Amino acid sequence: MDIFRSHVLVCGGTGCTSSESPKIIESFNEELTKAGLEKEVKVVKTGCFGLCEAGPIVIVYPEGSFYSRVKPSDVPEIVNEHLLKGRLVSRLLYKADAQGIETSIENIDFYKKQKRIALKNCGVIDPEKIEEYIALDGYKALGLCLTEYKPQQVIDIIKESGLRGRGGGGFPTGLKWQFCGDEANEQKYVVCNADEGDPGAFMDRSVLEGDPHAVLEAMAIAGYAIGANMGYLYVRAEYPIAVKRMEIAIAQAHELGLLGKGLFGSGFDFNVEIRLGAGAFVCGEEMALIASIEGRRGEPRSKPPFPAQKGLFGKPTIINNVETFANIPQIILNGPAWFASMGTEKSKGTKVFALGGKINNTGLVEIPMGTTLREIIFDIGGGIPEGKKFKAAQTGGPSGGCIPASHLDTHIDYDSLTAIGSMMGSGGLIVMDEDNCMVDVARYFLDFTVDESCGQCSPCRIGTKRMLEILERIVSGQGEEGDIEKLERLAVNIKGSSLCGLGKTAPNPVLSTLKYFRDEYEAHIRDKKCPAGHCKALLSYMIDKKMCVGCGVCAKVCPTNAISGKIKEPFEIDQSKCIKCGVCMSKCKFGAIEKK
Amino acid sequence: MKSLKELEEIRNKALCQIDLRKKGEGIRIVVGMATCGIAAGARPVLSALVEEVSRRKLSNVTVSQTGCIGACRLEPIVEVYSPSSEKVTYVKVSPQMAGRIVAEHIVNGNPVTEFTIGYHEQQQQGR
Repeated sequence: MDIFRSHVLVCGGTGCTSSESPKIIESFNEELTKAGLEKEVKVVKTGCFGLCEAGPIVIVYPEGSFYSRVKPSDVPEIVNEHLLKGRLVSRLLYKADAQGIETSIENIDFYKKQKRIALKNCGVIDPEKIEEYIALDGYKALGLCLTEYKPQQVIDIIKESGLRGRGGGGFPTGLKWQFCGDEANEQKYVVCNADEGDPGAFMDRSVLEGDPHAVLEAMAIAGYAIGANMGYLYVRAEYPIAVKRMEIAIAQAHELGLLGKGLFGSGFDFNVEIRLGAGAFVCGEEMALIASIEGRRGEPRSKPPFPAQKGLFGKPTIINNVETFANIPQIILNGPAWFASMGTEKSKGTKVFALGGKINNTGLVEIPMGTTLREIIFDIGGGIPEGKKFKAAQTGGPSGGCIPASHLDTHIDYDSLTAIGSMMGSGGLIVMDEDNCMVDVARYFLDFTVDESCGQCSPCRIGTKRMLEILERIVSGQGEEGDIEKLERLAVNIKGSSLCGLGKTAPNPVLSTLKYFRDEYEAHIRDKKCPAGHCKALLSYMIDKKMCVGCGVCAKVCPTNAISGKIKEPFEIDQSKCIKCGVCMSKCKFGAIEKK
Repeated sequence: MKSLKELEEIRNKALCQIDLRKKGEGIRIVVGMATCGIAAGARPVLSALVEEVSRRKLSNVTVSQTGCIGACRLEPIVEVYSPSSEKVTYVKVSPQMAGRIVAEHIVNGNPVTEFTIGYHEQQQQGR
């Protein structure tokens, strides 16, 4: 087996792939051959490193040098300087702030406060090589379970660890397995829910892309624990890289006999098949997901019976989220006490979040439960761009709620987030700054749920539509007294009477923004003003006559010729023609145009 | 897959491929590869070191490069950092010497005194 003195790791996650990382890999191979280094230096395509903001990312080991925003044209320099002569290419090294240059991945603030369990191998191994997974103790947990533990012992370990479902609900995983394990049935199923649908969330995609074997191994462990010999991975078709890597992983596992018949010399058989979803949000709901795998329309049904009793094809089934599964092998290997030592009293372990919105370090982070929102946003996330003020963070996507600045020091776990009117959700974390209008944020999420409602039950189908209509009225300046009360009444009724989780949580963004930003709603309705200056219908651009020098640039750039005036005299905006595009304001060098 | 032992075998084989990416407490062999080093013949020395390390299947040993340390007249320079002892600096290293450094110093833990900078300087003064 060849040994290389240096490994060049190039991110092959979806984010970096779309910014040309495949070309970077190609270019590395070419340049290394040109320099005669192809036998000394190995190029490895890995999963997501997490710091997507700085992508495409290239890491060079053994130094651990962290190069960010690498372009294919930078590759010859890295090869000739770093790999041939051993001189770091400092202009490409990741810079944490204006002065500091970090040469090594371990020293970057973004990674320092993280604790990686589910993302342990992401960005470290080549996800398309089963050997690299095995080298880092892959499939050892499955081997241990099959050779040393009885199924009930496995369930007990998971129970003891305190692991709760990472898909959003937070149901204790061990208990779920117990319910299914207790059912007497010849045929049972394990389902992995990879139907990640929240806007802005990409945790599950990154795990599937970066560490596909961890999910397969965990599904097999779950199968052994509950007595199932078949697993289905339900993943959306718009994750092509994840699907491809899972297919490769399944084939490799079969080749080495880590899936299939008689694993580890035991009588246990296990197979996994992939089912592609068409991208309906409701199919992330477990009953709708089951219906979709069965080939029916993705619609939920009422519970009970729960999937553990009557799930896929009418058989006992457990459905766990990708991230939940990714934790399982580590819990088996390190023991339940190790896992339970991290986190808070009722929420153990870590949680992966996808940071998005108005934040410097857009990307993927994994933190111990109990970390505060402030630490995630300011220490790991690097704060808000352009020195703007933090306003709120949305967790749980369209099912969750917003968390205002006053709750920045909340310790993140399932219960404390629920207590302040949000929820853990699957891990999307969208940050909003002072320019975001909270009424419009609520409208945006409701627009999403109205689109994604399956239409089976009327509270969700009709109720959310009515709420959206009211919100659209408010943001366009047509809000009326009593609208807030109507929203509240509708919200409570929809929450109480919808059939599935989608409807039951759909009003949450409205309720939580009403709770913390009621004054913004009132300003829209009563004063016809948008305090954040976001809702176009409610603002007007004005020229300050004292500041205007009469250069005429604004009139030139105005697409509707709404600005007129004489050179060297103050100009004026005709409000009836203005479409509020804001170009004049961005072009004025004298700061004479303001938004009101 | 029939047993944990079989898995362990695959693991051991694969481990050396990935060892490099763990921040190790292991031994680091650093070769000076600035213009001076390369001109003095550091490249074949580096290749010899890599070859020797891989031939002996040494895990926990990394071979990397560095820039000019300033003693250009003594290039090629090879330095060995190990967690248990002081840094050792070898000077005017040839590919043949590289093999001995790996065998005696890295494997057996006995620095090759006659290749070190101290020994070299002493010889110079004595002359």
